[in-house]
Amino acid sequence: MTTTDPDEPMPAPDEPVMARDEPEMARDEPVPARDEPLTASPAPAKAGPGALARQRRRASAVRFWQRYRTHRSGLFGLAALALFALVALTAPLTVGSDVQSVTGAPGRPMESPSLEFPLGTDQFGRSLFGLVVWGSRVSLLVGLLATVLSVAIGALIGITAGHFRGWFATVMMRITDWFLVMPTLVLAIALATVMSRSLGTIILAIGVTTWPTTARLVRAQTLAVESRPYIERAKALGGGHRHVMSRHVLPNVMPLVLAQTTLIISSSILAEATLAFLGLGDPTVVSWGGLLQDAREAGAVSAGKWWYLVPPGIAIAVVALSFTLCGRAVESVLNPKLGVAR
Amino acid sequence: MTAEATPSLVGKTGGPAEAGPSAVRGPRGRGTAYPRYVAGKLGGAAVSLLAVLVTSFFLFRLIPGDPVKFMTGGRQVSAEQLASYRREFGLDLPLWQQFTDYCGKALTGDLGTSYQFRAPVMDKISEALPNTLLLTGTSFVLYTAIGIFLGTRAAWRNGGLGDRLNTGLALTLYSIPPFWLGLLLIIVFSVGIGPVPGLFPTGGMESGNAEGFGYVLDVAHHLILPVVTLVAVEYGQTLLVTRSALLDEMGSDYLTTARAKGLRDDLVRRRHAVPNALLPTMTLVFINLGRTVAGVILVETVFSWPGLGGLFYQALSVPDLPLVQGLFFVFAAAVIVMNTLADLIYPLLDPRVGR
Repeated sequence: MTTTDPDEPMPAPDEPVMARDEPEMARDEPVPARDEPLTASPAPAKAGPGALARQRRRASAVRFWQRYRTHRSGLFGLAALALFALVALTAPLTVGSDVQSVTGAPGRPMESPSLEFPLGTDQFGRSLFGLVVWGSRVSLLVGLLATVLSVAIGALIGITAGHFRGWFATVMMRITDWFLVMPTLVLAIALATVMSRSLGTIILAIGVTTWPTTARLVRAQTLAVESRPYIERAKALGGGHRHVMSRHVLPNVMPLVLAQTTLIISSSILAEATLAFLGLGDPTVVSWGGLLQDAREAGAVSAGKWWYLVPPGIAIAVVALSFTLCGRAVESVLNPKLGVAR
Repeated sequence: MTAEATPSLVGKTGGPAEAGPSAVRGPRGRGTAYPRYVAGKLGGAAVSLLAVLVTSFFLFRLIPGDPVKFMTGGRQVSAEQLASYRREFGLDLPLWQQFTDYCGKALTGDLGTSYQFRAPVMDKISEALPNTLLLTGTSFVLYTAIGIFLGTRAAWRNGGLGDRLNTGLALTLYSIPPFWLGLLLIIVFSVGIGPVPGLFPTGGMESGNAEGFGYVLDVAHHLILPVVTLVAVEYGQTLLVTRSALLDEMGSDYLTTARAKGLRDDLVRRRHAVPNALLPTMTLVFINLGRTVAGVILVETVFSWPGLGGLFYQALSVPDLPLVQGLFFVFAAAVIVMNTLADLIYPLLDPRVGR
């Protein structure tokens, strides 16, 4: 009953699954596949170093997937995300950009759900179903781009602060700590207020306020990687800062960055919805948060028109939850001891 | 974690929060080290507050265009009027002078004059502060207690059906936009939907006609839905943190010893495991206050609660820059102060840390 096991029984060793150890070694000399139980066939004699590296990469991807598959909630999240991605990508074919046009609206204002309009219409008579489908494009795009920005800043600062010690690291980590205690949303709101209303502003506001956790995690991992002997070997062979950081540290922190990315996306999507709801988004594009703001301004709340409010909110919640579930599954595959995401 | 937030100031005595349970007892006792630790933390907090002050000044000077244009809202205004506005808000001075003025005034509690209300920002803030404290305080106590209670249950029966339901619900609520949940609660419980009558007021803090004890009841009645919303979206985080902290403790030898002594399972949990797991939990609860601030802004906006968050929303929609700036400073400062308090209390609770 009270075992020491975390979440799921994992047949796993402690090492990160995807960590491609010593990529340089793989190129220098054909190392016998020492830690690869899954590659049944030993490397063919004719395989060059490149092929060997590819084979290793493929094997670790297979191993990753096999462990990921054991997380049912992670699979659920993945399936939901695939569905949403499909809906967003095919939206120009299914609903078309006409849905957001106010002038050519097909229905009467604020209609209840019917066969023609499955989710009713908004105050201009536009089909809410179409708007929710169309809004998925902006919500997902902003969430993804903001996360890419945030993770890129975090990884850059984390790796450099871990690699260069001394005053540079101190200053960087001081800045990180300061951002870490700042109420993220308040800072993002302040940024969005002072800049022009556009999607770029929203992406920037979210991206530059959410990176500190990534920076901290990446720095810790960088310090761990840099204490290994093969880094010393690389330096002895004349590897410069850039070589060490990009060829040795980066591949080893990538798994962590990947897990972090999936976790940050859900908060980015929530942040986008929040900023749009507060009226700081681009008023000319349709997004889920913007729809909720429209609904509130059109008096859907006091009129009890729940069908206007429910679908965009559910969409936000399902996508955010799916990314969280995926992120937790990835994290627990990469670090089986963890059990829970922080 | 704010791990090793102040390495240079605390020096070799240890990166406090990160050191955690593995910190080794140093050669010196608490006598000399705790004051140094306190000084380091206070110094760090002072630097952070100063940084917030500087940010709040320069961030709001980034605005493309003239702040006076915002004030006049695009109306036709004569050049003399513009100049008088500039003088009134000190915008005709050079930037460095504006900055020193701003810092000097901020230190004496003067955060400027709101464009929108034509009243000192500090007055507006101190008017709204008690209402926010009431809402936030009530919610904070409730969601921390609920989170710790459920997190403990989830970890102790880790992997079971209860754990999965509990964690699943917490994750789901955690993914819901707070403002959306608030709007739904208003529709269902205030406006009324189908057979459900409107049970609660749709917003505000009081109905305005009650006195004495009736007033307390009235405010409590208005408080219920906002508090429910905040607790629902925030308790998940506490639950997850408690759960993982307790899971970390569960392999420990001292629990085996406690069981070997013949203690009931219940007592092992309450007397031995939970107190140890609570320490890291409390740190994270305080660190996560930043997220609560965001929740408070949204919930107050949705429920028209007359607090700082509602004021922030009003200021944003103009935008009323001195007010946004002042509130930005207050929110950031509140989180920094709370975090510093947690840092200061932590070593008193856990003697392994901070020496």
